[in-house]
Amino acid sequence: MKERGKMRKINAKDITETVAGLCVKTNLTLSDDVTGRIAECAKTDSSARARGILEKIQENIKIAGEEDIPMCQDTGLACIFLEIGQECEITGGFIGDAVNEGVRKGYTEGYLRKSVVPDPVRRGNTGDNTPARIIYEMVPGDKLKITMAPKGFGSENMSQIKMLTPAAGEKGIKDFVVNVVREAGGRPCPPIVVGVGIGSTFDGCALLAKKALLVPFDKKNDDPFYAAMEDELLEKINALGIGPQGFGGDTTALAVKILTAPTHIAGMPVAVNINCHVSRHATAVL
Amino acid sequence: MDKKLTSPFTKEKIKELRAGDSVLITGTIYTARDEAHIRMLEEYDAGTPMPLPIEGALIYYVGPSPAAPGQVIGAAGPTSSYRMDPFAPRLLDMGMAGMIGKGPRSHEVVEAIKRNGGIYFAAIGGAGALISKSIKKAELVAYEDLQTEAIRKLEVEDFPVIVAIDCDGNDLYEE
Repeated sequence: MKERGKMRKINAKDITETVAGLCVKTNLTLSDDVTGRIAECAKTDSSARARGILEKIQENIKIAGEEDIPMCQDTGLACIFLEIGQECEITGGFIGDAVNEGVRKGYTEGYLRKSVVPDPVRRGNTGDNTPARIIYEMVPGDKLKITMAPKGFGSENMSQIKMLTPAAGEKGIKDFVVNVVREAGGRPCPPIVVGVGIGSTFDGCALLAKKALLVPFDKKNDDPFYAAMEDELLEKINALGIGPQGFGGDTTALAVKILTAPTHIAGMPVAVNINCHVSRHATAVL
Repeated sequence: MDKKLTSPFTKEKIKELRAGDSVLITGTIYTARDEAHIRMLEEYDAGTPMPLPIEGALIYYVGPSPAAPGQVIGAAGPTSSYRMDPFAPRLLDMGMAGMIGKGPRSHEVVEAIKRNGGIYFAAIGGAGALISKSIKKAELVAYEDLQTEAIRKLEVEDFPVIVAIDCDGNDLYEE
């Protein structure tokens, strides 16, 4: 542990610039694991209509990257995950202000859509896509890790949480997850990504589900029990036949990712956060 | 093989289109989503004329991203249609020809489509960059303060859609 005064300094301006860059990057490009899985499904889906839609989705990604047009007009509510090393010191302003300034800059200068209303009931529009949803986490070390994940609400609206009790068991979890996807049907822009949180508290469980959407598709769950559950859920979801855009096919979900945490003896919360095929996120380390 | 359709179009023309058909639309369409629907019907009930010629109109549920310099419009893919289900039957009864959006519709909307000989097209959700290429002109019509949710008149060319619900109520989401 470094003594105070010997902390690694990070300037708020650098945070702003980094966040602004991530806002633009995430809305114009997808990571290789996502594009790779879409390309694979475009070849293997048994429905010709599904393959046709997946090809158009690939074409969309190509145009977005080449011509700097956002992949989706819903450029999302900026969900920003900060892992703050306890041995770094932020100088030149409050970290939250620096992040919001980055969102303001990225969304304005990047011609991204402003989708944030200042009051959930009385509506309106803040005009610059702030405030971001910022998740602060203290971690060991002297680095600042920033992950930006713009979240569209077509899929967010289809997400659900349930406070299952221990008696519901493994079956209760699986039934709930599959049912959330079934109820969502063609609404969340399938093929979707399914983030599942199990355990923790009501709020903690929802955050686990959201964080699960950040896990790379090719990273296998460290716990073989949950790795098997992810595989089984993906198979069950794709057997629903919802397909791309809800018009039938084998590609309802691109991936199912599970994150878990310890919970209370009386509970087994499960949250399902759905993301669309434009599964956007990128990370930078300062 | 894609079918071609010019908008505005007649009810006779709609009868030729079946759920599942791929269609390329050319002509005039209007944008409106959540807040625009709420406002235009509230104002209409208070005695203000509709901000767009609803008779024969094809309404596209979209909130585009801003146009960068040199662009007509930013990304412009469809938004989820079910949120407009409370308004669509009334607009269909007022003469609206059809809608473009994404995702399934309520029973009431399907019934209103059948009753009025309307149509519901689905564009590919999340294909905003691709779809923007078929929009040749965008003009503000009403509610500028709603920003992305304002009503705009679009001129489109070979705008790609799929017939999701045809005038007989055949529903691609139910198959």
